[in-house]
Amino acid sequence: MSDKPKRTALYDLHCALGGKMVDFAGWEMPVQYTMGIMGEHQHCRSKAALFDVSHMGQVLLHGANAAEKLEALVPAALSKLPEGKARYTFFTDDSGGIMDDLIVANAGDHLFLVVNASMRAQDIPHMKAHLKGVEVTEIFDRALIAVQGPSAQDVVASHCPQAAQLSFMQTCEALIDGTLCRISRLGYTGEDGYEISIPEAEAERITRLMLDHPDCAPAGLGARDSLRLEAGLCLYGNDITPDTSPIEAGLSWAIQKRRREEGGFPGAARIMAELEHGTARKLVGILPQGRAPARAGVEIHDQDGNAIGQITSGGFGPTVQAPVAIGYVHADHSAPGQELHLIIRGKPQPATVCALPFVSQNYKR
Amino acid sequence: MTTYYSEEHEWITVEGDIATIGITAHAAEQLGDIVFVDQKEEGDEFESGDEIGVIESVKAASEIFAPVDGEIIEANELLQSNPAALNENPEADAWIYKVKLSDPSQLEGLMDLAGYKTFIS
Repeated sequence: MSDKPKRTALYDLHCALGGKMVDFAGWEMPVQYTMGIMGEHQHCRSKAALFDVSHMGQVLLHGANAAEKLEALVPAALSKLPEGKARYTFFTDDSGGIMDDLIVANAGDHLFLVVNASMRAQDIPHMKAHLKGVEVTEIFDRALIAVQGPSAQDVVASHCPQAAQLSFMQTCEALIDGTLCRISRLGYTGEDGYEISIPEAEAERITRLMLDHPDCAPAGLGARDSLRLEAGLCLYGNDITPDTSPIEAGLSWAIQKRRREEGGFPGAARIMAELEHGTARKLVGILPQGRAPARAGVEIHDQDGNAIGQITSGGFGPTVQAPVAIGYVHADHSAPGQELHLIIRGKPQPATVCALPFVSQNYKR
Repeated sequence: MTTYYSEEHEWITVEGDIATIGITAHAAEQLGDIVFVDQKEEGDEFESGDEIGVIESVKAASEIFAPVDGEIIEANELLQSNPAALNENPEADAWIYKVKLSDPSQLEGLMDLAGYKTFIS
C-alpha cells in the first residue's frame, strides 16, 4: 500500500503533546512523547499511561447466533460467553497457523471485536466470506484509547464510576462526561487498565480529560512494545504468524475445554494433535546474560553451536532493567534454566531460557 | 581546539594526531534512551566508513561509522557501566573512542559547527 498514512482522531493532540510521529501499519502514530520510551514505560508500571490505539480495527457482528458462528473461525469457546465478558482468541487457518489475534466481547445484542491494524484488510473480508447470516460492520467513526497502569482505575473511574465495578476481561457501555463509550477492562501491558471506544468527535475531549489526572501521561508505541514484551504478550507478525501454531506459541490456555474436545475450527486436526502430543518447538522467554539486546531475527544456538531457533521479539526491558527477548527453540531446549547462545552481530552471547512473563501481571481479577 | 562534525552525526576533536570521537547531542536525541554500546577494542584499525561499534537504544540498534581512518587507542569504559551517559552528556564525558589518526588531512572533508547546524536543520 503506497497510500499516505492515515491519521487517527487524536493526531492533533499527539502533535500538541510533542509526539514523535512514525508510520505504523499505514497509520501516523506516536512512537514516543517528550518523556521518552523508558520514562513512559516506567510511568505505566508505576502510575498510568494513555495510548492511542485507534488504528486497531473495531468490528461489530450482528445476527442470530453470531458467537456460535464465529466459533467456525476461532478456537475459543464463545457460544456461552456471558454478556459483558471479553475473551482473547485468534483466527486460525486450515493448516493451524495464526492469521491474527483479537479480542471478542459479548456486547449483548452484538459481538464487539478488536483486531490488529495491519490485519483489518484481511480479517473483515475473511469474516464476511465465512459468517453466513452475520452482519459484519467495521467501525470507522470511533477512536480507541488504552489507559493502563496501577492508577488506571483512579483515572477512568473519576469520570465513570462504573469502570471501577468491572473486573479483568469485563466490558460495559457507560457515560464518560456525557458521552456513551464502551469500556473494557483489559490491555496489552501486563498492568490493570482499560480500553475505551469513543465516538470520534468526542475522542480528543475525553482523552484530554483522562490526561488531566495527575497520574496519567501519554505513551507511544515504543513503550507499548516494551511493556507487552515484558508481560510476555505475543505481537502478531513477530511472535505469532501463519507459520506458527497457537500451541507452539504457548497459547493453549486460550482454547477452552469444549473446543479442544470438539474441534470445529480451521486447523483443528493439527492443533488438537499438538495439544495431545506436544510440539517440536516452543515460544520461550529468553534472558540475555550480557547487556546487548537481542532483537527479532537473532539466531539461537545450543551450547554446541547448533542452530535451534530464532528470536521473534526482543529489546531492553525497562522494568527488568536488562535485555529481554522471546523466541522459538526446539522443545528439548525450552525448559527454564536452559543455557543458550544468541548470535548477536556474529558473536555468540550467553543467554538463559526463563518462564514468561518477565514481570508479574497485575490484572484485577 | 577545533571540533569537526560528520554527516553520520559524530563529533571529533583533535590534539596533535590523537582525536576524540563521539556522537552529537542531536544524534543522541534522535536515538532516544540508550541502553548498550558495543565498542571495538584498543588496537583495532579502521578506515573511514567502517562500522566501529553499535549503539542500542530502547528503540533500535544504530551503527557507528568511522568518519576518518585510524586506530583505536582507548574505548570509553564509562559507556559500559552507564550507557545512558550518552543521552546525558554526549559531547563531553560520554565520548566513545580516542583514536590515532592515520591521515589528519581527512578532517578537512568534515563540517564545522556552523556547517553541521545547517546540515541538521
